[in-house]
Amino acid sequence: MKKTDVLIIGGGPAGLAAAVELKKKGIDDILILEREKSLGGILRQCIHDGFGLTRFKETLSGPEYAQRFIDQVEELNIPYITDTTVIDVTDSKMVYAASSKGLLEIQAKAVVLAMGCRERTRGAISIPGERPAGVYTAGVAQSYINLYNKMPGKEVVILGSGDIGMIMARRMTLEGAHVNAVFEVQPYPSGLPRNIEQCLNDYNIPLFLSHTVTEIKGKERLEAVVVSQVDEHFNPIPGSEKEYPCDTLILSVGLIPENELSLEAGVELDARTKGAIVDEHYQTTIEGIFAAGNVLQVHDLVDFVSLEGEKLADSVADYILSGKSSESSGGNGGSGGIGGRQSAVKPLTKCTAEIITDSNITHTIPQRISGKEDFKISLRVRRPMKEVTIQFLQEDKVIKSVKMKKALPAEMIQIPIKSELLEEGKDLEVKVVC
Amino acid sequence: MNSYDVIIIGGGVIGCAVAREISRYRLSAAVLEKELDVACGNSSRNTGMLHAGFTYKPSSLKAECAVEGNKEFDLVAKELNVPFRRTGKVVVGFTDHDMENILKYKAIGEQNGVEGLEIINKEQLNQLDSSAGGEFAMYAPSSGILDPMQYTIALAENACQNGVDFHFGQLVTGIERQGDLYEIKTSKGSFTTKWVINCAGMYASEVSEMLGYPNYPVKGFKGEYFVLDKRAGQHLNIPVYPAPNDKGGFATHATITIDGNVLVGPDSYVVEDREDYSVTKDHMDGLIADGQKMFKHMKREYFIRNFAGIRWKRYNPETGEILDFLLESDESHPNTVNLVGIESPGITCALPLARRAVKLLADAENPSLNPDFNPNRKGIEKFSEMTHEEQKNAIEEDADYGEIICRCETVTKAEILAAINNPLGVHTITGIKNRTRATMGRCQGGYCETRITELIERELGIPMEDVRYNKEASYLFTGKVRG
Repeated sequence: MKKTDVLIIGGGPAGLAAAVELKKKGIDDILILEREKSLGGILRQCIHDGFGLTRFKETLSGPEYAQRFIDQVEELNIPYITDTTVIDVTDSKMVYAASSKGLLEIQAKAVVLAMGCRERTRGAISIPGERPAGVYTAGVAQSYINLYNKMPGKEVVILGSGDIGMIMARRMTLEGAHVNAVFEVQPYPSGLPRNIEQCLNDYNIPLFLSHTVTEIKGKERLEAVVVSQVDEHFNPIPGSEKEYPCDTLILSVGLIPENELSLEAGVELDARTKGAIVDEHYQTTIEGIFAAGNVLQVHDLVDFVSLEGEKLADSVADYILSGKSSESSGGNGGSGGIGGRQSAVKPLTKCTAEIITDSNITHTIPQRISGKEDFKISLRVRRPMKEVTIQFLQEDKVIKSVKMKKALPAEMIQIPIKSELLEEGKDLEVKVVC
Repeated sequence: MNSYDVIIIGGGVIGCAVAREISRYRLSAAVLEKELDVACGNSSRNTGMLHAGFTYKPSSLKAECAVEGNKEFDLVAKELNVPFRRTGKVVVGFTDHDMENILKYKAIGEQNGVEGLEIINKEQLNQLDSSAGGEFAMYAPSSGILDPMQYTIALAENACQNGVDFHFGQLVTGIERQGDLYEIKTSKGSFTTKWVINCAGMYASEVSEMLGYPNYPVKGFKGEYFVLDKRAGQHLNIPVYPAPNDKGGFATHATITIDGNVLVGPDSYVVEDREDYSVTKDHMDGLIADGQKMFKHMKREYFIRNFAGIRWKRYNPETGEILDFLLESDESHPNTVNLVGIESPGITCALPLARRAVKLLADAENPSLNPDFNPNRKGIEKFSEMTHEEQKNAIEEDADYGEIICRCETVTKAEILAAINNPLGVHTITGIKNRTRATMGRCQGGYCETRITELIERELGIPMEDVRYNKEASYLFTGKVRG
């Protein structure tokens, strides 16, 4: 059995950023486990550009963005193993992973959940009809085209205006396919405005809001889809059906944090995010198990995933280092190599206060705070709104409010909160007033 | 080379069971199947229930075979190395009328020889399963759950290992008597045979007519299902059926599957199209409403797939009465065995029916026994079912056991390769899926499908255009990405 201070599950953007930051903070005993043959996660197949605008002030492709972090991992000699899939995590932080070299058993002091997310499928949204070949989630189609050089189809309909769906609309058009249209069940787009411009409008691909696929036709390969307009309750409007002959239906209907391992370990999930319930330290309901990136909440931009990984690393470093100093109580500073940092090390504060939201907000991260420390809250609104004020209250007293010209479900809102505004241990209420 | 002693038309559970029983004899035999794998029709589109036999008319073939098939299944599962669990089943009721119907079927079951039927109260029901709805129930301890695809595949593989050939993509288009033989014309060629056994399932009436028997009228009762995530399965121990209606039919039920998912369904409605397996919004909405009565955790976040199956029942067009399974063989149609109207409980009845069919042939033909017949077949060893210690050893012996291809169901490369190189020569995505469970999990192939298509191409050396989802024209790719 191996031992490590921090075991990071997943070598995608969240895991890589966390690893680099941990190393910079003096944590050397790190191990990243990655199931693919190389680091980078889903970015490996995202060959389009637009990554890194926030972080690096330039536009990079997915692989280029990932490489910036991979280079640092290499330079800093951070240990990682690829082609290795974690199959089990326990609440005592034992991690089992399978690879062709054998079954790894690793006892970690801290586990970082950075497994990312998966796509919602046809089954998850119960699209009626037959079940021919030719129905792909956007990510699978992207993988076939960008990693396997295989073209999944020629005459395309896209359901869902998620970012990957729009990016695939452009990608397939560039590869010579004909994309009929993108249909979105919501009355507003679910992806970023810039993708509507650059991936749809620039290629004359129409986007129909309040529309959905109501039937899939074809016994062998897809032959057509029937699309209907929906009312405000998302019920198809009779008489609005229109049939689109096509051989390919691409689904971009949402992402779900991939928390199967977290559940195995006994981590409590938030029914709204489908990710772990975390406190301001990104610690889950199990001590020493942390989560960041798309496994915690689905982000719009990878730049924010990296940032979240780094914020998590701050807490994990404190967790490990404070654990080390208490382990060696009475000794002279405990483990070597951490030198000057040790004075700044503090155990993680207990977080007992809940964050409560009103019905305009889908969720927040974190869900629990101490009230003793600065933190950044991430949240999404339920529907597009204009001229809103986001209010933070403790015991019915407004402690902070932020005005925004507009708030879109597609754009995550992040607001820093200073500890001096907060009263320790008291719940924090978040409201959207418009 | 396309000449056999026996040709079995249809590679569903009945055809495969007949093939397996035929292989006990020294006879050359083949199965002709129109699809690219076995179990492509309704053999894979059902609840996967090993029925006890308490709803079928006493002394009917259905009742007789169901009770016989149920009793022997522990041995069958062991021989064929297929997953099976004798869970028992509860038939739950809410009203006095439900109780009347339950008691009626308890009496019928006892007449049919079903053992251990017992009426239990709410408290006992909750002890069996706290998530089951109902005020009282009949408990049938002999009911069980199995994987109908794995079972059909296992029957076929065992038959294959004992010498039976399988020909896929062979739609039978005509049968002619030529001297003492039959010539069977198919979409791809022709075969000659001394004997023909009709196991064509939903098309059995058409084949029956080709053989000179009547084209028996059949009526299709379609049922739709929801497949729920294994996380929902943690809440259910036992199949929960509602009390039967006055005609003995069961409405939507919730069944734990052998792999730990939950099936909610089927409902029942009449359809015309033989292979209309589409799912519809109205029926999905109905299943959600009805399913919640049987199973308290019928939640949208657990939905992973929908499917439909059709029970093609033989019936009397004048009275509308649903008729028993038909098994016949007569001298005016020499060297034929005709099986028509085999639907639920066809899985449970498959081997008993096969033995009866093969006996008709054996009585006439007196074939000698196949001295090499081996009733045992070995399935693919599942990594996900091993202990960590066993997993360690498996990887040491075969490094491919360490490479996880399907993350949701924890299926390894070793299992995928074993499935690609299956004895029947099947290499569709659905074929790999039914043999390994890869793509059956909550991500529905989002992670593993690309890997599986690559392995199929590489392992078999076929071009990507030849990779198919399930059917002949269900190609996955239209070509290479340009440039």
